[in-house]
Amino acid sequence: MKTTNIMIVGVGGQGSLLASKLLGSLLLDEGYDVKVSEVHGMSQRGGSVVTYVKFGEKVYSPIITEGEADYILSFEKLEAARWASCLKEGGRIIVNTQQIDPMPVLIGNASYPEGVLDALTAKDISVDALDALAIANDAGSAKAVNIVLLARLAKLLDIPYEKWLAAIEKNVKPRFVELNQKAFSISYNK
Amino acid sequence: MKKLMIGNEAVARGLYEGGIGLVSSYPGTPSTEITEFLATYDDIHSEWAPNEKVAAEVAFGASLGGMRTACAMKHVGLNVAADPLFTLSYTGVTGGMVICVADDPAMHSSQNEQDSRHYAIAAKVPMLEPADSAEALAFSRDAFVLSEQFDTPVLLRMCTRVAHSQSVVELGERVSVETKPYVKNGAKYIMMPGNAKKRHPFVEERTKALAAYAENCPFNRVEMGGTEIGIITSGTCYQYVKEVFGNSVSVLKIGMPYPLPEKLFRDFATSVKKLYVIEELDGIIEAHCQSLGLNVIGKELFSPIGEYSQSSIRAAFGLEAPKSTALDEALPMRPPMMCAGCPHRGIYYTLAKNKVTVIGDIGCYTLGAQPPLSAVDSTLCMGASVSGVHGFNLAQGESAEKKTVAVIGDSTFMHSGMTGLVNIAYNASNSTVIILDNSITGMTGHQQNPTTGYNIKGDPAAKVDLEALCRALGINRVRVVDPYDLAACDVAIKEELAAAEPSVIISRRPCVLLKSVKTAPALHVNEDKCKKCKRCATLGCPAISIKGGKASIDATLCVGCEVCVGLCKFDAIEKGGNAK
Repeated sequence: MKTTNIMIVGVGGQGSLLASKLLGSLLLDEGYDVKVSEVHGMSQRGGSVVTYVKFGEKVYSPIITEGEADYILSFEKLEAARWASCLKEGGRIIVNTQQIDPMPVLIGNASYPEGVLDALTAKDISVDALDALAIANDAGSAKAVNIVLLARLAKLLDIPYEKWLAAIEKNVKPRFVELNQKAFSISYNK
Repeated sequence: MKKLMIGNEAVARGLYEGGIGLVSSYPGTPSTEITEFLATYDDIHSEWAPNEKVAAEVAFGASLGGMRTACAMKHVGLNVAADPLFTLSYTGVTGGMVICVADDPAMHSSQNEQDSRHYAIAAKVPMLEPADSAEALAFSRDAFVLSEQFDTPVLLRMCTRVAHSQSVVELGERVSVETKPYVKNGAKYIMMPGNAKKRHPFVEERTKALAAYAENCPFNRVEMGGTEIGIITSGTCYQYVKEVFGNSVSVLKIGMPYPLPEKLFRDFATSVKKLYVIEELDGIIEAHCQSLGLNVIGKELFSPIGEYSQSSIRAAFGLEAPKSTALDEALPMRPPMMCAGCPHRGIYYTLAKNKVTVIGDIGCYTLGAQPPLSAVDSTLCMGASVSGVHGFNLAQGESAEKKTVAVIGDSTFMHSGMTGLVNIAYNASNSTVIILDNSITGMTGHQQNPTTGYNIKGDPAAKVDLEALCRALGINRVRVVDPYDLAACDVAIKEELAAAEPSVIISRRPCVLLKSVKTAPALHVNEDKCKKCKRCATLGCPAISIKGGKASIDATLCVGCEVCVGLCKFDAIEKGGNAK
């Protein structure tokens, strides 16, 4: 059986931790061998961050390199573009349309690339772009962005809908379960 | 029970199951979580020590006292703990002792890329190196037995990819280990020349015995596959090799990189046609092969620099890379930066404004080197700011003393800044030291330290009085400033640089990310008042950007620290959210 490779990318402090935690726990329960890899430390201070999630019958390397990712889940537009070269031919990028200006842009030394998602599409890269923040807010909290993006990935993986809801229940604090399940369902059915 | 764990949690679990009674460490990426996870077990003693040397010596004392013990540190931390390490090799242990050291190839969060295996060789101490979390657990657990069996501390080498990757582990039971009664044994533990001379031959014999043990030990294994190519590898590189080649090659997987066996290597070499060594950083296994006269391909094909990956191994073997697509345009970088509301910003802004030379140190505040502040001139190692500014001032003379400071965090000052400050007072340079006291060890993810008033468990603890300490070390001019108050920072820095004696400025405000810190509502820019001078943007605050020439504040990032308010000459930055 082949290994499925997922990258979760974003900006340090955006909180992609829940997405990888939930994914790892669910895949382990489904009986897969799983590796989840991220780099802590310096990268957390507003820098570009990446988490690798890999699952299959047997996973060796904990990291994903160029042309290997089946899916890239991006919390930010520019980061989707930055990591696009890791996408496999025929892979798919799920991206939150939020824009966070990096320091070179903030201080006027560089400009944020215009139409960066269109540029990806023009390269025949399959892009699922959504305003995850708006959907999360509709569900009741901006913090549900994680789950909103994860729901779009869930549609592409061979794991039943109910299992995802159960994984949310298992990995989210009890008082946030309902809200996150609602966010999941809105995004999944969109 | 099966569980997903990062390598560091698995090390903690392994040490726990192996009967550890005490852990003492200083935080350092990528090793920190080992001790944090150990601290979650209530039946062992855990602590943050002020530095790695203290940690290793505490562990030594516990071993002498008959307890199984460990300390954990990053690779450069082992430099600090090297002094006890080399003689611990001679004394050996009573209770088993494991020294966990985490290397950081590619320098994700480090100032160099040193290979800790050299320490195992130099100190003549066995080293284990796991390749995933399951091995991290098993090796850590079994290291105690190895330590006691061979009367030696055991080094456990991690690297970033193993330390911070989660993989599946199977949990076991904790063994019950009694603390051994203390029996005085001067010949073994008093390392003065007469005794040490007798211990050195023991060390040499032990290394031979360990090399013999390595021939059949559970840490090294052969996985025979195709016999055209044989690959000797260890740690995370094993995973990359298996990912690329599967069972099409034969693999000698080394889990004990020191000492290395002879016959195992020779037998493996004769079982394959072409032999490669794949190891990150230095060619240590390769050198062993060469010493045996084996014909191997290693560093001529694989770089001694940075991390490897499945793709770098594919490339080295000339194998086809998977197809990939990248955008044509260059994308702006996203470097890490000081957070919105970071208390370090006010000091760095003031230093940059006054064109002060800054001898820097290791911590979040190294980020003051980044544009737009670009306020740091050097960063070497823990504590080097305080010692370094003294030497710099002596070399450059009086003019330098008037425009040079050392900058060091509270935790780093406890680690090894204090001794440098004693030196400034004792050897009388007119140096100025700024202690950035943000009440936590920041960069490694908020660990308590002796200045915070809390221990590793979060319980109240003795709290170092920094002002009193600096005075006791011989500094008469000690003052405290709030880094959010730019005017006060400016006065303090100018006055202390001008003073005709050594001085310390304590810049005191807790890290804005601490849960105990209450932040204020976001500020906003009054567009009518903004004159497009961009002065606020020179702070390098991630919440402030220039949109259409005018300043704009991101209300989701701004914590209302008001440092920018005092900077604006037109009173354009106002309280109360984004009024549109």
